[in-house]
Amino acid sequence: MSLTYEDVIAKYEPVLGLEVHVELNTHSKMFCGCATVFGAEPNTQTCPVCLGMPGALPVVNEKAIESSILIGLALHCSVTPFSRFSRKNYFYPDMPKNFQISQYDEPICVNGYVDVEIETDEGPKQFRVEIERVHMEEDTGKSLHVGGATGRIHGADYSLLDFNRAGIPLVEIVTKIVPGTGKYAPEVAKAYVAELRDILRSLGVSDVRMEQGSLRCDANVSLRLIGAETLGTRSETKNVNSLRSVERAVRGEMIRHAELLNKGARVVQETRHFQEDTGLTRSGRSKEQAEDYRYFPEPDLVPVEPDAEWIEKLRASLPEQPTLRRKRLQEEWSVPDKEMAAMINADALDIVEATVKLGADPTRARGWWLGEISRLANEKDVAIADLAISPADVAEIVSLVSKGELTDQLARQVVEGAISGEGKPAQVMESRGLKVVSDESSLMAAIENAIAAQPETAEKVRNGHIPAAGALIGAVMKETKGQADAARVRELLLAHLGQ
Amino acid sequence: MSTLSRADVANLARLARIEMTDQELEDLSTEMDVILTAVARVQEVATSDVKPTSHPLPLRNVVRADVVTPSLTPEAALSGAPANEEQRFRVPQILGEEA
Amino acid sequence: MIRLSAHEMASALEAGETTSEKLTQEHLDRISSVDADVHAFLYVDTEGALAQARGVDAARKNGEKVGPLAGVPLALKDVMVQKGVPTTAGSKILEGWRPPYDATVVKKLKDAGIVILGKTNMDEFAMGSSTENSAYGPTHNPWDLSRIPGGSGGGSSASLAAFEAPLAIGTDTGGSIRQPAAVTGTVGVKPTYGGVSRYGLIAFSSSLDQAGPCARTVLDAALLHEVIAGHDTHDATSIDAPVPQVVKAARDGNVKGMKIGVVKELNGDGYQAGVRSRFEESLELLAKAGAEIVEVSCPNFEYALAAYYLIAPSECSSNLARFDAMRYGIRVGDENGASAESVMNLTREVGFGREVKRRIILGTYALSSGYYDAYYGSAQKVRTLIMNDFTKAFETADVLVSPTCPTTAFKIGEKANDPLAMYLNDIATIPVNMAGIGGMSVPCGLAPEDGLPVGFQIMAPAMQDQRMYSVGAALEASLLTEWGAPLLSRIPALGGAK
Repeated sequence: MSLTYEDVIAKYEPVLGLEVHVELNTHSKMFCGCATVFGAEPNTQTCPVCLGMPGALPVVNEKAIESSILIGLALHCSVTPFSRFSRKNYFYPDMPKNFQISQYDEPICVNGYVDVEIETDEGPKQFRVEIERVHMEEDTGKSLHVGGATGRIHGADYSLLDFNRAGIPLVEIVTKIVPGTGKYAPEVAKAYVAELRDILRSLGVSDVRMEQGSLRCDANVSLRLIGAETLGTRSETKNVNSLRSVERAVRGEMIRHAELLNKGARVVQETRHFQEDTGLTRSGRSKEQAEDYRYFPEPDLVPVEPDAEWIEKLRASLPEQPTLRRKRLQEEWSVPDKEMAAMINADALDIVEATVKLGADPTRARGWWLGEISRLANEKDVAIADLAISPADVAEIVSLVSKGELTDQLARQVVEGAISGEGKPAQVMESRGLKVVSDESSLMAAIENAIAAQPETAEKVRNGHIPAAGALIGAVMKETKGQADAARVRELLLAHLGQ
Repeated sequence: MSTLSRADVANLARLARIEMTDQELEDLSTEMDVILTAVARVQEVATSDVKPTSHPLPLRNVVRADVVTPSLTPEAALSGAPANEEQRFRVPQILGEEA
Repeated sequence: MIRLSAHEMASALEAGETTSEKLTQEHLDRISSVDADVHAFLYVDTEGALAQARGVDAARKNGEKVGPLAGVPLALKDVMVQKGVPTTAGSKILEGWRPPYDATVVKKLKDAGIVILGKTNMDEFAMGSSTENSAYGPTHNPWDLSRIPGGSGGGSSASLAAFEAPLAIGTDTGGSIRQPAAVTGTVGVKPTYGGVSRYGLIAFSSSLDQAGPCARTVLDAALLHEVIAGHDTHDATSIDAPVPQVVKAARDGNVKGMKIGVVKELNGDGYQAGVRSRFEESLELLAKAGAEIVEVSCPNFEYALAAYYLIAPSECSSNLARFDAMRYGIRVGDENGASAESVMNLTREVGFGREVKRRIILGTYALSSGYYDAYYGSAQKVRTLIMNDFTKAFETADVLVSPTCPTTAFKIGEKANDPLAMYLNDIATIPVNMAGIGGMSVPCGLAPEDGLPVGFQIMAPAMQDQRMYSVGAALEASLLTEWGAPLLSRIPALGGAK
């Protein structure tokens, strides 16, 4: 007898807590100079430091500190005058030193907030999600489990470790508890992660790709009876790796908790894993005894004490807040709500803006990126930003079309050529011979040829049957390989046939 | 001063990932009592008005620029591994949480 | 040749009186003939050393500029990683490991043309005061083979006293350079913390560990000090400042007008009579050389030992977690589908010795939730108090002095089953590590009751290492005048001695 969501919210109030891990996009790792390229061959980006070899020592990446401060500032946090790294001690094969260098009681930033807006039954409503802390730490290696039926960790015969990811800088952003969302808890959780992702992207500090693990969310959920003061026992659902999953995981956990509580059973404080296929969570291996991480100040590193000058320099470099920017661009470009949403959904805002900045008309720039280019990106299954066509290319194409040097049809071929790696628009036009034929004598020759080939059609046009001209224009376009301006051809043809 | 039972030492050995024989646990719990009694003297002067020092150096903000430096070759990285396969470290089955 | 100082050997090389290859071969021969008795070395890199020596000879022949110690051999404590050369830190858990990189100190030695003969024995992971905790058997004191050579760097000090090497590298966490120097009649220096890079030094206790020079003379130690010291971007705790001018200080040996503070708390009950008398005589010699002797009090030093045995084990419990059989070192119990966790447990049980396990358990406890404040936290406060004591004492004295250790070398096995008695050896050396300042041990004679060497400890404020060399050189010169020959000329002949 499973409960409906309505049953749950009629009786219980959910309390959220969200922990987001962000992989920074620094060139080198947190504590060593190894590269951080995603998808590199196994163990090609490792050294004595990130392999935890005897004698090796960490040295902090300055950019990672700056990115963390930027994140804190963008989330309205205060930057702490004194922060330190600590060692979190526990054994795990994918963690080379068997301790993680992390920040414990002295994080780099504290006390901020993010405002998110969601659609409610009463229209759009804003919720404030308060941030408790922003701290720096390092990522672990990756395990590949070999043997066993499922390919999962349980039942595997052995594991293979790749430490390319070990030591990549992570920033963990932890919210305070979020009460008062009522039935909108799943939507608020999703909107928070989405907003955080947009903020982080605008800062340029991370690739924020949930599917690649550069943004990971752990969702803490507990329920209490409506009106109750004390918090219920929470569960922590790990590594939820899409925005949709954040919403599903929170909803699923609320239902699971309510079913337990209604039966008079206890919710166990534990880590759970989200299952993409079922939308349910599964219990992690229960620990017989509580972990004791034995945190203590990392003696190989010295404290971080950002001075006001450093902080202000970083503050001055903060970009416009994503929500404000979206509002501004929508007005400047006069984009209808629906199209604006489509552009945001397609992650096209940055690229369209870049194209507009290079002189392109906003509507035309948006048309190209969301139309033909998006279609080709879908075919290739890549993001538009990863195609071999740049905002400068698109701006150039828009300009050539407006000057009449390209027709829309030719322009589509130029776009296709540029994406296929044939080079810049000018090179594609050159190599494919794409150019509007403006030489009227050669156009006239093609018109004569068309009339000669279809005398009866020509006669119809002479007699005032204008629609018949289409066939003749088509023949001219074919002969000029589409490089003629169809409108001009029409003018010349009709004039020639006395119309 | 608190004394450590055999079970306490067994729990510490578990945290420290050291398999210990009963005899070792027995011996260590006796030795720990003696040592802990001796080291507990620090509490005599560690009053609340004294600030702790975790490090002798007054250094702050020691950082490196975000510049990539050469890594080890995978061969060198794996050269000391007890077992390797497919350019990865081969380790026994991991019991524990799915990461 | 092998009985000369490193400085004299370097002069002979420079003058073309010998070659580095010959000099290196002489030391390798000496090792072959006496090391079966002394057991200073865990690994002798015959081929590597000779190749390095030939390289220096060729460079010199080609007229290339070489460093002041180029071509002189050296013994390296096995706690320093050297690329391609077996490195164990005296532990079974690292048996057979050949590091894929060089420690910064090793890189500097190689760049200076110093020939690395091999790796010396030590207490496992530098935990001990006698080298008896080595997984590969104890080292014997060349003054009396039934006695300990000190520890943890007993292999390095013994190699110097046995004329197997004129120079050695040690590391000092609570006295592991100075105490072995004291009990073998050699010179050992723990520089200011951060003065020498720790990159590639297998960590015991990160906030206390410091590598330093070991030699038979103060000038040799200074020459080696200047080779290995200096800022290193691979070590965030390395000091970015010019290296103190220790060679100049060692050459001058001038103590005129210097105020030398005798630490009241480090000389009294528990100190052997012969140790005290040699120490007192040394003070008189320094006074004669123009120094002013004053007494200072450091009341919190009595808590240093207790704090040390919380801080060092705490840090080591974490530092040694990486030895887990996954990426390097030995692996035990990987059979019948055993789990990684079980393999870690078994490997660490077999791979670590008793003292190491004792300290890991102690440190795990001191850091554990509910006990942190009472143990680790309190120890950190004691550290503050000790630093304050030093600061105050250095207001009245330029350097502080004491006997390096309470007794001369004890018998192998004598204290093996009494950890607390063993820990007491470090009572005079530990405060220096807690405060991160410099410390030096210089031989000051033989105790009349047992005829064994006594060490004189000099302590200087952070980055004032040159002051120790001034005092050390002055004392060395005065004693040489008294004795007519270096202390080591009185060492009994070993089996293979010429």
